Amino acid sequence: MSMAGETRSVVVEREFAHSAEKLWRALTQPHLMQEWLMKNDFAPKVGHKFKLTGEWGGVLDCEVLAIEEGKALSYTWDFVHQDPAYNLKSVVTFTLTPTATGTHLRMEQEGFRPDQKQAFGGAHAGWRQFLDKLDGLLAKEG
Amino acid sequence: MIGMSKAQDVLFRTLADPTRRAIFERLCREGEKTVVALTAKAGVSQPVVSKHLGVLKQAGLVRGRHQGRETHYSAQLKALAPLVDWTTQMGSFWETRFDTLEDLLKRMDQ
Repeated sequence: MSMAGETRSVVVEREFAHSAEKLWRALTQPHLMQEWLMKNDFAPKVGHKFKLTGEWGGVLDCEVLAIEEGKALSYTWDFVHQDPAYNLKSVVTFTLTPTATGTHLRMEQEGFRPDQKQAFGGAHAGWRQFLDKLDGLLAKEG
Repeated sequence: MIGMSKAQDVLFRTLADPTRRAIFERLCREGEKTVVALTAKAGVSQPVVSKHLGVLKQAGLVRGRHQGRETHYSAQLKALAPLVDWTTQMGSFWETRFDTLEDLLKRMDQ
């Protein structure tokens, strides 16, 4: 996390033991995106508007901003809420870098307001919903 | 788990147990309770409830107040702050999504 003026960003990075081509498919094909991210009507085309529908029923408004085939993908990630504290305007950028053993994936989400109290669905996706997912997560960790 | 703070990790592990989480949620909803009162609806024995309360206390999620021979337990919502902060929340969201993505990539080989 970093702060720069009015915005903040969250960066999550991981190296996957898979080719960039395969990772790219998982990031850009709707049926695959649905499996790891959310239900969606994504299309790999700049200017395409789509929605990400969360399990909690919230909907994120997105628009493809930039695509560099197999290398980078960027789209808006907005959540409209009547309570300004929960309104969220952000941009998610994925960057893929091939490594000796696979692909390094960097995700940066930027554009939060400093007073943003909760991101990602705000009130509907509070800690309770978040904790509900823990059982499976921890089971995987062993 | 990469990128997850130690404080979060402790909270996650503490609340991952469904029985323990149910006890904590009940204290959040209904306020202060004794072990006896908690046991009445927990579906497990009193020693088990006591053990869970001990773990919750260690994580800072529950506090015990002694009154006579009884201890009254209450939820400490402040302890959840590491989970509620949005930046942490969002970072954890992506970490979790990446875990799922990793599983998906393995399946795509088959």
